[in-house]
Amino acid sequence: MAPIISITSLTKSYTDGPTALDNVSLDIEAGEIIALLGPNGAGKTTLISAVCGLITPTSGTVTVCGHDIRRDYRAARALIGLVPQEVSIEPFETVWRTTRLTRGLFGKRRDDAHIETVLRALSLWDKRDTRCNELSGGMKRRVLIAKALSHEPRILFLDEPTAGVDVSLRRDMWALVRKLRDDGVTIILTTHYIEEAEEMADRIGVIDKGKLLLVEDKTVLMKRLGGKRLTVDLSEQLPAIPASLAKYDLKLGDDGMTLAYDYDTRAGRTGITRLLADLAAAGITLTDLDTQNSSLEDVFLQLVGENA
Amino acid sequence: MNIEAILAIYRFEMARFFRTVWQSMASPVLSTVLYFVVFGTAIGNRIQEVEGVPYGAFIVPGLIMLTVLQQAISNASFGIYFPKFIGTVYELLSAPISVIEIVIGYVGAAATKSIIIALVILVTSFFFVGVHIAHPFWMIGFLVLTAVSFSLFGFIIGIWAKSFEQLQIIPLMVITPLVFLGGAFYSASMLPPFWEGVARLNPVLYLISGFRWSFFGMADVPVGVSLFAVALFLAIGIGAVWAIFRTGWRLRA
Repeated sequence: MAPIISITSLTKSYTDGPTALDNVSLDIEAGEIIALLGPNGAGKTTLISAVCGLITPTSGTVTVCGHDIRRDYRAARALIGLVPQEVSIEPFETVWRTTRLTRGLFGKRRDDAHIETVLRALSLWDKRDTRCNELSGGMKRRVLIAKALSHEPRILFLDEPTAGVDVSLRRDMWALVRKLRDDGVTIILTTHYIEEAEEMADRIGVIDKGKLLLVEDKTVLMKRLGGKRLTVDLSEQLPAIPASLAKYDLKLGDDGMTLAYDYDTRAGRTGITRLLADLAAAGITLTDLDTQNSSLEDVFLQLVGENA
Repeated sequence: MNIEAILAIYRFEMARFFRTVWQSMASPVLSTVLYFVVFGTAIGNRIQEVEGVPYGAFIVPGLIMLTVLQQAISNASFGIYFPKFIGTVYELLSAPISVIEIVIGYVGAAATKSIIIALVILVTSFFFVGVHIAHPFWMIGFLVLTAVSFSLFGFIIGIWAKSFEQLQIIPLMVITPLVFLGGAFYSASMLPPFWEGVARLNPVLYLISGFRWSFFGMADVPVGVSLFAVALFLAIGIGAVWAIFRTGWRLRA
């Protein structure tokens, strides 16, 4: 199936500043939840802004359902709902009116029943006649989501949806996102909380300094993450890995004094016992052993570190 | 054409107006009453007539024009500046709408508001002086064209402004002097020849003159010239807005 969003060589640079997006290419599949993970200032919001029409890219193309976002902006934008990171909301308008405005802006005929459904789903129905400046921060965020959903988008961008949000609202948002995905909405969310990406996403992209460093299925990434590494220190330098140990896929340290063994903690058999027996049988003596967890955080920090 | 979007913007802006309708109305009506008291009654007792029109009635078109220009500019500039200021402009930029539609929505609403206020002032003036409108059709025509032109200027100011101070400086420093010097309260022919020549350089003179002609059938300049001036304002406004949006100036980085 053709990707619902196709980003090709997208670059955004400012004349008096750094390159905010550096040749980013990414295909987003219909119906998936993709999380863009990266530190503050990595370019996540710039990427979203370029796709949604808030900024004009320096070069590169983006198509949404085959519609070019510049040539065919009406068709492209009509499919997209955007929940911005900043809580920008008309202070003196009621929840109802501001939500209806968004639906109109996106060219949709007035449909009070749909707006009622959206407001109820976000627990905003009782607040529909409340002015936005009288709402709590969490409620304002819900209003932004309601506005984005008011025009029945097929794609939803959530820019840092849970930044500064309490735990219960975060759980609510996650539940809502899952429900939207079940309804067939494609969701792109940015976050700098790794646990959020782990919890929500089908795929995870890591972005830093305007570059997309990696996009991977979460399960694949988690396999890397569920892995552990056993490192054994040797008493004598080993010139090469003996043939009897080939099946363990060991990695010999540069100095020949360590062996590393990667295994999956979630597997029924880790192979450690047999490895240690085979090491002894091969006449290799150990001075120490050490095991390390790898986590998404490690992968992330490693990727971001390499990019520094 | 995204008609729904134009209507959404228009209704949203008009709702703001009607929500604060008493504030919106009170200030222009109060200042108009003050002008009538000071100019119409106090000074008018000594001037009596200007070219056959009682002075109290003579100033009515100028007062309406003064209000229309101020209201059109301030409403339109605030209408687009406020979303920029609070950040909700993201919605306009991400919506499937063209610049033309944004302009029609905001300028249409600002023009409507200023016309409503103008008509309220006209009605208010009936309480003070007997005003007879010789050419009602032309009166409405001048009113609408002026309101639209200056709403366009206001829209440009709102796009240009980076602070509330900048938002207010043009109406305060440019429009008010031009209206006062444009014959709102006197006929240009009452000035010495040199200053009459200077006054004719003031574009607003042609607006007030044409508008006054539609009331009393008399004017400083031929009504055709006034009509041409209004059309020119409109063309400049449309041209400037078009140029701004072709370049995405100050809206989209």
